[in-house]
Amino acid sequence: MAKKFQVVIDRERCKGCELCRSFCPKQLIEMDTQVNAKGYCPAKMTRSDECVGCTSCALVCPDCAIEIFAEEE
Amino acid sequence: MKPVFTVTKGMLPVSTSYCPGCTHGVAHRLIMETLDEMGLLGKALGVAPIGCSVVAHQFMNVDMCEAAHGRAPAVASGIRRVHPDKVVFTYQGDGDLASIGMGEIVHAAARGEKFSTFFINNGIYGMTGGQMAPTTLIGQRSTTSVDGRTREQAGMPLKISELLATLDGPAYIERVALDSPAHIRAAKKAIRKAFEVQLAGLGFSFVEILSTCPTNWGLTPPKAMEWLRENMIAYYPLGVYKDAEVK
Repeated sequence: MAKKFQVVIDRERCKGCELCRSFCPKQLIEMDTQVNAKGYCPAKMTRSDECVGCTSCALVCPDCAIEIFAEEE
Repeated sequence: MKPVFTVTKGMLPVSTSYCPGCTHGVAHRLIMETLDEMGLLGKALGVAPIGCSVVAHQFMNVDMCEAAHGRAPAVASGIRRVHPDKVVFTYQGDGDLASIGMGEIVHAAARGEKFSTFFINNGIYGMTGGQMAPTTLIGQRSTTSVDGRTREQAGMPLKISELLATLDGPAYIERVALDSPAHIRAAKKAIRKAFEVQLAGLGFSFVEILSTCPTNWGLTPPKAMEWLRENMIAYYPLGVYKDAEVK
């Protein structure tokens, strides 16, 4: 059974730049249609069960809006 | 749940004032992560520049000082000499370092001052609204080169890493880029090496970080990353230009 990862995106810190979406190798991130308090459409994790925990999204995020956790074995 | 990637305590829990997709945020985070991992957050002293990152001290969780335009290397030289036990760094953009502050950086490097400089090169003046910088590429459009920079009118873009590498003072010079997760990982290694060189007292360390300015380039953040990869890295080759062995 593959390890499960949880990608936590801080909606209010996100500025909707779409870098995480463009660098996710499995295209698991989409932009929300609901705006946040700043007026940006923040990133949203979809299909998190397919995440492989590569951390690409968090590495390219300029706003420290993404944290990643792995399920304990 | 086991943390795989968490935000470093070196970054204050506030929203930055940078535009969406600006790689200043990535550069800030890499420097702060490195200081955090090396246990130096309490020992570090930063000098902020003039430019978009003039407010870096509001985001970086270390003691910081603000220098006059381009004078960060002079201020950092003083701080490092008075506080030899501290880890001192300057964070400067291309308008600050390569234009008005050219004299300060060259002389600080020539003296081999024992601090580290992180030079953010995005090829344009960000804060003032996208004017041509000394690092703007040939053919690149800006508000003061509306048909693209020409060699006849503005000369060739300055290659700061190569220029400083001709001096004897610097111990370590590397150029990195923030256009992909792989390059971002490499950039972090270079930042760590710069601090290690400083801690070992080997001399001046300098990391040029190729960055994007989606707003003034007129591109979306993902397109700006592609533009950096295809155009900037072609003119500004990545690599180590000066290396001192840390024992």
